[in-house]
Amino acid sequence: MEATEMRTTEDLQMKQLMVVRPRYGELLIQALLGLCAIVSIVTTVGIVLALVEPSIEFFSEVSLKEFFTGVNWAPLFNPPSFGVIPLITGTLVTTFWALAVCLPFGLGAATYLSEYASPRTRSILKPVLEVLAGIPTVVYGFFALTFVTPLLQDIWLVGEGPGVFNALSAGLVMGVMILPTIASLSEDAMSAVPGGLREGALALGSNKAQVSTRVVIPAALSGIVAGFVLGVSRAVGETMIVLVAAGSTPNLSLNPLEAMQTMTGFIASAGLGDQPTGSIGFKTIFAVGAALFAITFVMNMFSIRLVRKYREVYE
Amino acid sequence: MARKVEGTTMTEENQAQVTPMQQIEPQHHADKAPRESLVTVDDVTVKYSGSTAVEGVTFDIATNEITALIGASGCGKSTLLRCINRMNDLIPGAEVTGTINYKGVDLYGEKIDPVQVRKLIGMVFQKPNPFPKSIYDNVAFGPRVLGIKEDLDEIVEKSLRRASLWDEVKNRLNSSALGMSGGQQQRLCIARAIATSPDVILMDEPCSALDPISTGRIEDLMEELKTRYTIVIVTHNMQQAARVSDKTAFFTVNVNEDDKRFGQLVEFDDTEKIFTNPSDQRTEDYVTGKVG
Ligand SMILES: Nc1ncnc2c1ncn2[C@@H]1O[C@H](COP(=O)(O)OP(=O)(O)OP(=O)(O)O)[C@@H](O)[C@H]1O
Ligand SMILES: [Mg+2]
Repeated sequence: MEATEMRTTEDLQMKQLMVVRPRYGELLIQALLGLCAIVSIVTTVGIVLALVEPSIEFFSEVSLKEFFTGVNWAPLFNPPSFGVIPLITGTLVTTFWALAVCLPFGLGAATYLSEYASPRTRSILKPVLEVLAGIPTVVYGFFALTFVTPLLQDIWLVGEGPGVFNALSAGLVMGVMILPTIASLSEDAMSAVPGGLREGALALGSNKAQVSTRVVIPAALSGIVAGFVLGVSRAVGETMIVLVAAGSTPNLSLNPLEAMQTMTGFIASAGLGDQPTGSIGFKTIFAVGAALFAITFVMNMFSIRLVRKYREVYE
Repeated sequence: MARKVEGTTMTEENQAQVTPMQQIEPQHHADKAPRESLVTVDDVTVKYSGSTAVEGVTFDIATNEITALIGASGCGKSTLLRCINRMNDLIPGAEVTGTINYKGVDLYGEKIDPVQVRKLIGMVFQKPNPFPKSIYDNVAFGPRVLGIKEDLDEIVEKSLRRASLWDEVKNRLNSSALGMSGGQQQRLCIARAIATSPDVILMDEPCSALDPISTGRIEDLMEELKTRYTIVIVTHNMQQAARVSDKTAFFTVNVNEDDKRFGQLVEFDDTEKIFTNPSDQRTEDYVTGKVG
């Protein structure tokens, strides 16, 4: 009796092992997740394609040489001039000043939060940072125009101070805008470095500063650089702050005290104006957009390479 | 006598003892036994956020000997070991009372810089923790922190030789330390500790993550190292303690009236005595494998 009972349970177990009923629930989930992945890829590809067609048309009318080497940007004037260099320098100058703010302060804030702050301090400061990251950029723009620019004008000591519209205050405020993102991402990367490495360094007689700069930051480098790449991409793509605070004068200059127009600034202001579909003005917007995309893309690729080369993999 | 790790409260008597680390003279020790003690642990109690982890520990660590700390899990061996190079300062809420003297200097004295203490008293951890850098940079890390820029090659080679690792890695000093086996990584960590030329090396279960062959190599290495360094090792491996150590401290877990568990030193003596003729029944039960 007992023996047969044993057999039946054993059979049952074997059957359970062998049942090959398709798992519909799981298949459905897999399909849905796949769909999500496809949607995000398709939209990205779609945007790129949408950029390509008008850009090609644009470059059939304006030569690549004129576009990329010309130093005069006046596409909507008569006669028009399509040298994009002033817009690129405008973008680079504002981005440079943004980086000048967020590189030292972002890394410093991340190091403080990850290596020096008590758990309590961190648990308060980290959410505050993340809230700062959510302030709309137009607010930052007016902050730059109505607070930072007058402040700079007041405290300026040598020569002539910055104008009402200037790249410096736009850049600095842009740096403040991306600071929380960078600090937060870098802090994540640094906190993820195993504690054993810190203990190892401390046991060799390192002080906290040496532990941070010689062990934690190198080990967290790939995460830190990823944060900065995201930050720089946001700075290059940032529109509202530069539109409000840097002015809309294409200006081939490296002097941050002057007004400048960036690539995004042009796209926004030209896009607001009435550009009939198919007109050269309309196509110009897309050409500048494509150039912006190309710059960001190259920059991202470059930083990925850089990180691969220098990062220290800890596991 | 009681004071916090930060050294906030001090008695006058203690302040008089404090000497800056640089002024410590190397002491010549007599050739005859007993060897003089390099570190003395006197009535040390450690609390974590108010609850006692280990209480009233007193024993001496003699120069150029290997001292083993044994006992069941949770009896405070690691805690005590980490007091000797002030690694416990890094744990918020850790509080050390009692005295730990190193060459007659109170390590918890007011003027003592824990960072300097750790340069003289190195540490090897349970889990090998090489930095994600090259083998060379791992060994050179300590000297560089000390500000040494010259003769780094020499220091690296000497340290790797002493850790009997040189022949295995001399052709790949610039490859990552993480590409080594666990046993090699642990010997690298020993080389890294040696490179700052410490007096004492603390080892917390250095072989527990290793295979028997790597373990054997590290035990041999400890025998060689003790001619130059003083070693304190925590181990759960009775044979290891019996094989390598000169002195053994046996700890146990006690339970007080409030049902709180805390560690205590039961017996401290020559290793031979602890393993063949211990004075305390609990020690005998433990080393013969009846409990724990
Ligand atoms: N960082 C800490 N914070 C709070 N309590 C701790 C901390 N580290 C250890 N303890 C407590 O102190 C007591 C002793 O721990 P310790 O790690 O020193 O024991 P051990 O003898 O090394 O044990 P094992 O053999 O398992 O390594 C334990 O009760 C433990 O819970
Ligand atoms: Mg332990």
